[in-house]
Amino acid sequence: MADASSSSHGDLKLTRVTKSFGDFTAVDDLTLTIPEGSFFALLGPSGCGKTTTLRMIAGLEEPTVGSIYIGETDITTKKPYQRPVNTVFQNYALFPHLSIYENVAFGLRRRGVKDVKEQVEKVLKLVELPHLAERKPTQLSGGQQQRIALARAIVNRPALLLLDEPLGALDLKLRRQMQIELKWIQTEVGLTFVHVTHDQEEAMTMADTIAVMNEGRIEQMGSPAELYESPETAFVANFLGQSNLIRGEVVSSDSDQSVVEVHGQKVAVLKSRNRATGKSILVGIRPEKIRISLPDDPRNGNVLTGGIVSDVSFVGVSTQYVVEMPWKQDLMVFEQNDGGTPTLRPGDPVSLSWNPPFTFGLDGSEDVNAGSEVDEPA
Amino acid sequence: MSTIPIPTLPVGKRISRWFGRNIIRIYAVVGFTYLFIPVIYTIAFSFNNSEKSNLVWRGFTWSNWANPCGAPDVCNALGNSLKIGVLATFVATVLGTLIAFAIGRHAFRGRSTTNLLIFLPMATPEVVLGSSLLAMFLTFHINPGFWPTVAAHVMFCISFVVVTVKARIASLDPRLEQAAMDLYANERETFRRVTLPLVMPGIAGAALLAFSLSFDDFIITNFNSGTMNTFPKFVWVSAARGIPAQANVIGSSMFLIALFVVVAGQLVNRKKAR
Repeated sequence: MADASSSSHGDLKLTRVTKSFGDFTAVDDLTLTIPEGSFFALLGPSGCGKTTTLRMIAGLEEPTVGSIYIGETDITTKKPYQRPVNTVFQNYALFPHLSIYENVAFGLRRRGVKDVKEQVEKVLKLVELPHLAERKPTQLSGGQQQRIALARAIVNRPALLLLDEPLGALDLKLRRQMQIELKWIQTEVGLTFVHVTHDQEEAMTMADTIAVMNEGRIEQMGSPAELYESPETAFVANFLGQSNLIRGEVVSSDSDQSVVEVHGQKVAVLKSRNRATGKSILVGIRPEKIRISLPDDPRNGNVLTGGIVSDVSFVGVSTQYVVEMPWKQDLMVFEQNDGGTPTLRPGDPVSLSWNPPFTFGLDGSEDVNAGSEVDEPA
Repeated sequence: MSTIPIPTLPVGKRISRWFGRNIIRIYAVVGFTYLFIPVIYTIAFSFNNSEKSNLVWRGFTWSNWANPCGAPDVCNALGNSLKIGVLATFVATVLGTLIAFAIGRHAFRGRSTTNLLIFLPMATPEVVLGSSLLAMFLTFHINPGFWPTVAAHVMFCISFVVVTVKARIASLDPRLEQAAMDLYANERETFRRVTLPLVMPGIAGAALLAFSLSFDDFIITNFNSGTMNTFPKFVWVSAARGIPAQANVIGSSMFLIALFVVVAGQLVNRKKAR
């Protein structure tokens, strides 16, 4: 495809970007590099600054401080129509007075591209809706509008495609389907996708790299697996999936691991997975890593005894237990329904155990509940 | 098989039920009859074979419709009203739309004051407006006539245009303009290709409203038009000695044209939506 905007391809670099609205700092000293061709997700609760970041990249907001580059081109103060960036808006923002064809052709016509018809037909075929070209946006279903919004953006082959909660308005089943399709289209067209979402599952499914944002800053950046297995902050541990975080003190260390005392019991944490700088530590373990067993059964690895089952919910593939520990903290345990564990009832005394390398250690100054009580908008 | 007797309601209850089910229909018929009796009367008497006065029915004739300019000065007055209406509508629509965009889209010092001042002409009695305008024109040695009347009409039409267009602008999703900018349209193209087409129904509505206000205006016009005749002035003056049936012809035509515009607009919209 001929490309008028290919002059500035390359990585997207945000350098020390801050955006303030009056007293409120929406984005706080953000430095970020998004490699060309990647599927990048900005994940965070509403109000964390992710949408503001996206709007600054699109040119709809100007940073208070800092610079934004695509490759070698400084786009910090360029108008939206001067940037090789296109956006799929949250509620699609299709032009209601134009046909689907004209909606998709809009960007091509403004750029004076020659073979508009050919390119529009090609992209409509890509999103599998060529038969709707003559319709008006209001005559399309939500999922169809979503695809047209995507087609309208990618037909311009921008250096960067921004997606602002693109699947938020779709029902669950359609959202799952579109997640797979979006990922496929990204691979097919090879553009850089920057995806803003509050839905951790959506980010994990699609993105190569996720940046978790909170209060205008990036908490942690990495692949979905890295973020899940080795969260660096309590916010990330709680926002991505669920975590059990237990307060403890480091009592001894050797070259490989530290021994931590938690409420009178001892567990081991690998040094390579320990983020705590002092003695005070939060011991983290994901619910599905824990084995639940009756107090008399043999166990090895890290063991916590004295738990009482307080709630059992059967969810098909697994059974989710809430176990109250002697220090009055509820821990979550997910057990696969593979016949390996006995059926337990509320009130049963249990022990919890897990393989020590699954443990991660966070700094003891962190808030145990950070990121877990966030209200996620529907 | 024996038939099971169907329990019947007492007559009084059945009647009240019938009313309950049909009350909205009855109300609609009564309401529309009340609204349209004057219009029907006007149309009917445009076919009256009147001689001097058009007050009593003297038989059916096509002659009024065949010769609408038959009554002295009626078409001259109509021509003036149309000219004033078109000019005032054009100027008021252009200025009013610009003001509506300024108030609706930009934050500036004195915006709320401007907003309030725009409403004032609508709240001021026409008699006061008309007489004040005449006093002003005379102070500046401008003789009443065609152009002062146009200026006066522009003045009172602008408020209505601003209010109508502003409502449309307020209902516009700002993301549509952002999407246009995102798709390589600069400010001017965004306005021309997205903003203006979407606000257009509001502007068209405002123009129709302005025209009917101007065409219909008597009080302000009477103060500021001097010797020039307009259609409302003509009807007012002839009321003293009998309104000619040609006035009914023109009135009926206006009604039919308005009806046609509305129906045609609806049909076009329905076709577009399909």
